[in-house]
Amino acid sequence: MRWATRFRLLAVLSALAGSAAWAATSSSAPVPANLVARDNPGDSGGAILLTWTPADSGSLPSDSIHIFRAEAPAFEWKQLAATTPSAGRYVDQTAAAGHVYRYELRSGGISAAVSEPASSRDNWFRNERANSLIATIIFLIAVLGSIAMARSGKPLFIRKIAGLNAVDEAIGRATETGKKVLYVPGIQSMDDIQTVASVSVLGHVARATARYGTDLDVANRDPLTFASARETVRSAYLAEGRPDLYREEMVNYVTYDQFAFVAAVSARMVRERPATIFLIGHFFAESLILAETGQSVGAIQIAGQADPTQLPFFVATCDYTLIGEELFAASAYLSREPVLLGSIRGQDIFKALCLIVGIVGIVMASFGNNWVAQVLLTR
Amino acid sequence: MSFDFGRVALFIFFFVVPVIGIALGLRSPAMRSRIPIITAFIAGMIPILSLYIPKGFLSGPQGMSPRLDRWLIIVAGFALLLGIVNVVQNNSRRIARRDAGWAFSVVLLAGLLVTGSLGIWGAVSGEGIGFRADGSTTPFKWIEDRFFQPLQSTIFSLLAFFMASAAFRAFRARNTEATILLVAAGLVMAGRVPLFELLAAPFPALQPSAASVSLFLGGLTEWIMNIPNGAAQSGIIIGDALGAASMAIRVILGIERGYLGLGAGE
Repeated sequence: MRWATRFRLLAVLSALAGSAAWAATSSSAPVPANLVARDNPGDSGGAILLTWTPADSGSLPSDSIHIFRAEAPAFEWKQLAATTPSAGRYVDQTAAAGHVYRYELRSGGISAAVSEPASSRDNWFRNERANSLIATIIFLIAVLGSIAMARSGKPLFIRKIAGLNAVDEAIGRATETGKKVLYVPGIQSMDDIQTVASVSVLGHVARATARYGTDLDVANRDPLTFASARETVRSAYLAEGRPDLYREEMVNYVTYDQFAFVAAVSARMVRERPATIFLIGHFFAESLILAETGQSVGAIQIAGQADPTQLPFFVATCDYTLIGEELFAASAYLSREPVLLGSIRGQDIFKALCLIVGIVGIVMASFGNNWVAQVLLTR
Repeated sequence: MSFDFGRVALFIFFFVVPVIGIALGLRSPAMRSRIPIITAFIAGMIPILSLYIPKGFLSGPQGMSPRLDRWLIIVAGFALLLGIVNVVQNNSRRIARRDAGWAFSVVLLAGLLVTGSLGIWGAVSGEGIGFRADGSTTPFKWIEDRFFQPLQSTIFSLLAFFMASAAFRAFRARNTEATILLVAAGLVMAGRVPLFELLAAPFPALQPSAASVSLFLGGLTEWIMNIPNGAAQSGIIIGDALGAASMAIRVILGIERGYLGLGAGE
């Protein structure tokens, strides 16, 4: 009995070991097989995705497999690429849209697998960006819902931003001292959202200088920003009913070169000693040179920047700094228009959602589950 | 020749629609402010749609979105001409009025005239802007190498001195936050340079201890930079991204009109 029991136990163990070994090897075959060619999903056409069951490298006559392609109607085989047998996947980026191709995998000159004819096509949706689209829709709902709420007249709470509260005070100081206000809208073009935010703030600053009759000087490095800033300032002076105070040289172009621009603006600070300096927009290495020069001439300085690498320089040197999202909220905050403030509330709702998802993701990842991280992965 | 839907759509959106808008704007002033808002809406929606729709007419190499990007370069080229005209006008005015520092304007205009003429001559004559066919440098390149580059480097090098003066002001222990900043900055600076090895160099007995301290400070520096500093930066970046997206929605929907010099009701 004991021997029979031992034999049965041995048989069960061998069967389990056999199944484990089979399970371990079932994901690969002796030669590449099941070659499938199909349109590469989610692109503009011109690419075909090849997939096959990966092969054991040891069982092949060569360390690499060669992919051949034949185009209809002649179907003459031409070598396309070489890859490793275990890759299991290749994207042919050279396929012409609408043309029909067949593919073959060869190892050591021997044909291993041949695909059915396939062609690429223009797709309507990038499947891999579905998560981003869903997040965008949720964000839109939060922002537009909050705007609708603001339009209905419901009061909204927006926390105080010291840098923006100081705008009127800073312009008032320039008015009292009879000196000018210098505004630098960063060094980037209008395709940078920070510059768009800065030009919006410039509109408010220009309205204030028009109201108080204070001199304004807007120095530009980018030509598109210059054109946009000029229209903004001109419109602001018109809107305040003071077109007589507007002068063309108020908004001026300096140069496209980064450090030549810094030299010119710094020299202007030293020579003309503006009472108030706004450094709002996207700045790079010049941020500290400009801010330190402004500090040395005793100007009250308000800076705003979203790039975390330059923020410490402004925080260390300027009187007030708009940090990150405060820059984008500045226009809404200054105008106090409920519709604009509503969008900031929507943004905060979405930020709270991000925070919740982040915490859930951290907790799940701590327990070895990366589902949230996988869902949030963007391509 | 196949029908190029993207090209036709761009022509309608950015030529036909603005022209009709301008024509209507002559009769109705309210229409004048709507044209840029409509144009901004279309120009904003095209890249967003191309992010999700890979169709060739929208996102392909000759699609609407990449074409719009190329148009920006062309528009920027024209805007640069506008900028040069502005520079010449402003500086000529300063010279004519003998404003303070008018001599600098003379130098600027002379530099613009000489360098610009040499660059244009190099391009038009076929001599080359930077180098001639035999590899020798053109006068334009000579000016760039001998004047422009050294001046540029000089301005950039000022950054080191400004960094020292800003650090001196920022790292004063005025309150709790400034003291934390001072301590953290001191630790990071000590962890990034071989300070203790240098100090212990004349004393062989102290060198193993100095190496251990340096190793510990190096690890602490990495921790400060990656954990508290990294977390704060991530928070700012998330806030930036959402703020930028919110701003973009406001611009695209025409709610944000500050960049046009207009309020919401105007």
